[in-house]
Amino acid sequence: MVRKHLHFFRKGRIVHLSDVGPTRTLLDHLRLAEGSIGTKEGCNEGDCGACTVALGRVRDGRLVYEPVNACIQLLGMVDGAEVVTVEDLADGGALHPVQRAMVDLHGSQCGFCTPGFVMSLFTLYQAGRAADRDTVCDWIAGNLCRCTGYRPIVDAALASCAGAPADAFALRAADTAARLATLSDGADLFVGDEARFFAAPASLDALCRLLAEHPDATIVAGATDVGLWVTKQLRDLPKIVWLGRVAGLDAIEEAAAFIRIGATATYDAAASAVAGIDPDLATLWRRIGSKQVRVSGTVGGNIANGSPIGDTPPALIALGATLELRKGQTIRRVPLEDFFLAYGRQDRAPGEVVVAVDVPRLGPADVFRCYKISKRFDQDISAVMAAIRMTVDGDRIAGVRLAFGGMAGVPKRAAAVEAVLTGASLGDPALTRAVRAALGQDFQPLDDMRASAAYRLDVAGSLVEKALIEVAGTPTSATRVFGLR
Amino acid sequence: MRPLPDPVDTAAAVTPPLKVARRPAAHDSAEKHVAGAAFYIDDVREPAGTLHVVPGYAKAARGTIVSVDLAAVRAAPGVVAVLTKDDVPGLNDVSPAHSHDEPVLADGIIRFHGQPVFAVVAETREAARRAARLGLIEVAEETPVVTIDEALASGRDDVLPPYQFVRGDVEADLAAAPELLAGSIRIGGQEHFYLEGQVALATPGEGGEITVLTSTQHPTEVQHLVAQVLGQPAAYVVAEVRRMGGGFGGKESQATQWAALAALAAHVTGRPAKLRLDRDDDMMMTGKRHDFRIDWRAAVEPDGRLTAIAMDQYARCGHSRDLSLGICDRAMFHADNAYFLPVVRIASRRLRTDTVSNTAFRGFGGPQGVVGIERVMDAIAIATGRDPLDVRLANLYGAGRDVTPYGQTVEHNILPKLIAELEATSDYRARVAAIDAFNAESPILKKGIALTPVKFGISFTLIHLNQAGALVHVYLDGSIHLNHGGTEMGQGLFVKVAQVVAEVFGVALDQVRVTATTTAKVPNTAPTAASSGTDLNGMAAKIAAETIRGRLAAFVAETWGGDPEAVRFEDGHVVAGNERVRFGEVARLANLARVSLSSSGFYATPKIHWDRANATGRPFLYFAYGAACSEVTIDTLTGEMRVDRVDVLHDCGASLNPAIDIGQIEGGFVQGMGWLTAEELVFDSQGRLRTHAPSTYKIPTATDVPVDFRVALYEGGGNPEDTIFKSKAVGEPPLMLPVSVFSAITRALASLKPGVVPPLDAPATPEAIRRAVLALTG
Repeated sequence: MVRKHLHFFRKGRIVHLSDVGPTRTLLDHLRLAEGSIGTKEGCNEGDCGACTVALGRVRDGRLVYEPVNACIQLLGMVDGAEVVTVEDLADGGALHPVQRAMVDLHGSQCGFCTPGFVMSLFTLYQAGRAADRDTVCDWIAGNLCRCTGYRPIVDAALASCAGAPADAFALRAADTAARLATLSDGADLFVGDEARFFAAPASLDALCRLLAEHPDATIVAGATDVGLWVTKQLRDLPKIVWLGRVAGLDAIEEAAAFIRIGATATYDAAASAVAGIDPDLATLWRRIGSKQVRVSGTVGGNIANGSPIGDTPPALIALGATLELRKGQTIRRVPLEDFFLAYGRQDRAPGEVVVAVDVPRLGPADVFRCYKISKRFDQDISAVMAAIRMTVDGDRIAGVRLAFGGMAGVPKRAAAVEAVLTGASLGDPALTRAVRAALGQDFQPLDDMRASAAYRLDVAGSLVEKALIEVAGTPTSATRVFGLR
Repeated sequence: MRPLPDPVDTAAAVTPPLKVARRPAAHDSAEKHVAGAAFYIDDVREPAGTLHVVPGYAKAARGTIVSVDLAAVRAAPGVVAVLTKDDVPGLNDVSPAHSHDEPVLADGIIRFHGQPVFAVVAETREAARRAARLGLIEVAEETPVVTIDEALASGRDDVLPPYQFVRGDVEADLAAAPELLAGSIRIGGQEHFYLEGQVALATPGEGGEITVLTSTQHPTEVQHLVAQVLGQPAAYVVAEVRRMGGGFGGKESQATQWAALAALAAHVTGRPAKLRLDRDDDMMMTGKRHDFRIDWRAAVEPDGRLTAIAMDQYARCGHSRDLSLGICDRAMFHADNAYFLPVVRIASRRLRTDTVSNTAFRGFGGPQGVVGIERVMDAIAIATGRDPLDVRLANLYGAGRDVTPYGQTVEHNILPKLIAELEATSDYRARVAAIDAFNAESPILKKGIALTPVKFGISFTLIHLNQAGALVHVYLDGSIHLNHGGTEMGQGLFVKVAQVVAEVFGVALDQVRVTATTTAKVPNTAPTAASSGTDLNGMAAKIAAETIRGRLAAFVAETWGGDPEAVRFEDGHVVAGNERVRFGEVARLANLARVSLSSSGFYATPKIHWDRANATGRPFLYFAYGAACSEVTIDTLTGEMRVDRVDVLHDCGASLNPAIDIGQIEGGFVQGMGWLTAEELVFDSQGRLRTHAPSTYKIPTATDVPVDFRVALYEGGGNPEDTIFKSKAVGEPPLMLPVSVFSAITRALASLKPGVVPPLDAPATPEAIRRAVLALTG
């Protein structure tokens, strides 16, 4: 069954749209077509959060609201969801509790970022837990404010997001879920014609068939990168295939020896599974993008798009992850580090799609560390990302996998450093010097706006040094300013 | 020498009981902000037929335009017109200082990468954006001068002549000093990152009239320069701004070009035209905070007191003058910060580079001056082995040491008391000891703490700008319409001035309606800048309101008997003798008696004067003060840094609105902390800004704000000068409080090698901190 129009739930009504360009953004729809001007455009690249809106979806039987950046969300991606914007929150004449708290605690100054903050706080409110300061700061890390210094906004969140939601949205949650259920038709979505379309197949088989017909289509998962091709590069992407409706592709399987992350599992969905491997992964995950990015962006997309920095690939490579791809009926598996061929080039054929990544858990003798160096703690792209998995036998490093992002055109293992470390003693005072020397064989990093080549090389050595110090027994309270284990 | 008055005594005299002012009223638009119901220009419903304007630029940063081929642009779908310099009917210039060095559209020369050469006018913004990329501009490129050092080496003329403050024979004193301290510090620029980008909507009227909705701090300048560009008298142009989504100085002079282009498009097409810059274009095409290099040499007593100092400030101004004269002057005015410099030379060079013209940014050069002298204080402490706070205390202005390098006597100096209070409440001394103990035991992580003061001069140093107008109407129902020349950019100006007017009339705050700033109601205004918005416009509004109140009092006294002076306006009523009548009823009766219920008000700041040629005078009506104590931890392996705790004590005089003022202090602190620790503008050797979006230019997020952040208003300072209800300006001074964070990082680094000043430049990014670590230990 093919459905030829989008449908979503908006202000209590089902909206049907059939005349939608493949790369129309949600923000442009809201502001230009609908006239909902409460949602602002601050940067048009998903970094400032002024355009944050909430998407309501039923997940695991429960209605949840997630914050997304409307500027880089393609309109087709809201298919089947409830779209909530800042205008919708007040109940009759009364402000929503998060709005009330923002007013009472002086959380707005110029007010331009405020609708985005309000919507982020709205989703935190709906999460229905007593939020602590760190949770709040993480939740709003994707919302930039240039006026207040954030303190009153954090206070407003703490004051209003304190427990089970009791607003109008919570009261009608069952009704909303029922309305959303009527939209969940399992149909393949195809809006447009053969030359220009937004398609969202409902099954893996349908996806593979569609990609066989249109191997030139742009495959989109969370659009946290593709969205910028549209809004910043003004690229014409006539054929969009969105993976978000493919049944089962977002599955996360937690087996004894490994976890399997389906290609469309978002960062957010995978967070608890990866945190179960090692606490450093929890810190790393929290520092990827922002809440808005993590509820949209996917691990599979992060891999498939082949960023040289790669938020997740260095860690996944160090852990020994394997990628599963499918083209037509052919399935193949490749070690993740072999997938990245060169800058901007991956081992993926036209029409081939990432299905899942399998990530081994640590063995009893294994230790893992990963570190991210950036100018800002939250929502920044790494200058350098380092991840190391070591098998330790007493004081001896019996095995090691060490991978870096930001050091080359692709996320890459440091073969020379691995050779230095393998068999070495953790306590060897000459080891760090040897590591730094070997790094120079492995990498010739670039100067760019995030860091100089010299700093990249230097800090890469520092991060290995730090890992060795920590693994030898120094507590992270003495080695780190963030992300204590 | 004149004795310094006791600040507590002066405060006692300045606190009449007020009922609306000095209360923490919410921002007047707060409920609209949170509901998405506050209109910014892009939210205003577009008039039918509105066109959209997008500028196009060349790939080069410097050179002569050889050819401009816009055929593909004109042929692109939706394009209605393409504007070039030849379409300008008036003067092709939007320079704020009338220096004729800021063309609206390039005049044959490319002066910086991103300079608009043409502008597309199209049916939709998307069509205009797509078309703007199709322009073919051939440029005979020259190697651009990008950095301060390149500018110094280039031998080119500076954008403005050098300038200096001199007292005594510095070179002789430095030469005679037994030991000379010297150093150099580089201080990066800063992007404003107002959340609402530059935007203007121009609507043509009849007979050459034009109305421009503009997101500007300076509607008068927009009005006059739009008129100049269109070749029309100023009276034909109305510039209006209801609110900005942030300004921070970035919309003082920099909003004009976009308003002019929208107006030009409207003029050429006869249709309404809107220009809203894309964020990347905004960051490339508009000026930023000036980056500085400050070289210094100083002689000190063993107790750390400065005896002589020479400071050379090198400012990167970019390709044109813009506001660089005032900015670089203010850097000099604050090269002393809070310290007496007995023998001194402060020299300033205003360097020309082939980059976007740097502009006003909160503090207007003052912060760079403060960072320079605070580095000197840290260096003295490191060289003498004394605690940096003791060095700072030893150098503060005080009795017999109270004249600034520009000849103004520092009166009412509350800093010694303010610092003493903060030193106690922050537990500074005990924490210093704890940090020293921590550092002795911690090889990788090092801590540092610093307590630094701020003294900031309040008034425009361009004296004629210290004036303001207001217009107040009382309607027959007693509701009050307030208009003044100040603009609202989030700083809470409108609510503060409304509090003033409500106070004068003795009515509730919600009885006063603040309306959009427009050149049609209050003309010839100064920009809302220099922290002066409330001081100037609050006074003008008070004068206007008092004029009406005086008429009402005379009318009431005449009607009901008694002395006009005895008529009271309180709790929404007018009270005279035994009569107590609703304010609205009095307004109605006064109107029947043909009493005018409308008045303008005009204020000019008293006392100030400045003789720039001789570098002497009293440029500031008063100083605002504050201090902050910050503690940080650095990771010496990576250069990463965490701010552990911040204590702030800041002087707002008798605060007009403590909630708004706390907001300015906290917001200013975080913005300044971002400038000094994370926000890095990277230009490549070709003069192209590489950090032109929030993906690469990182302003602070909530996580960067210290968890332990204690902000308090200094009580009892008042303001001995006759300011609006004895308050003090608060917009800019707090931006300098986080210099304490920078100094704390310096101290943490200094623990690695006692006696050596860490070569730390701003911003103290992880890379900069690690570089300093390696320089100290490598």
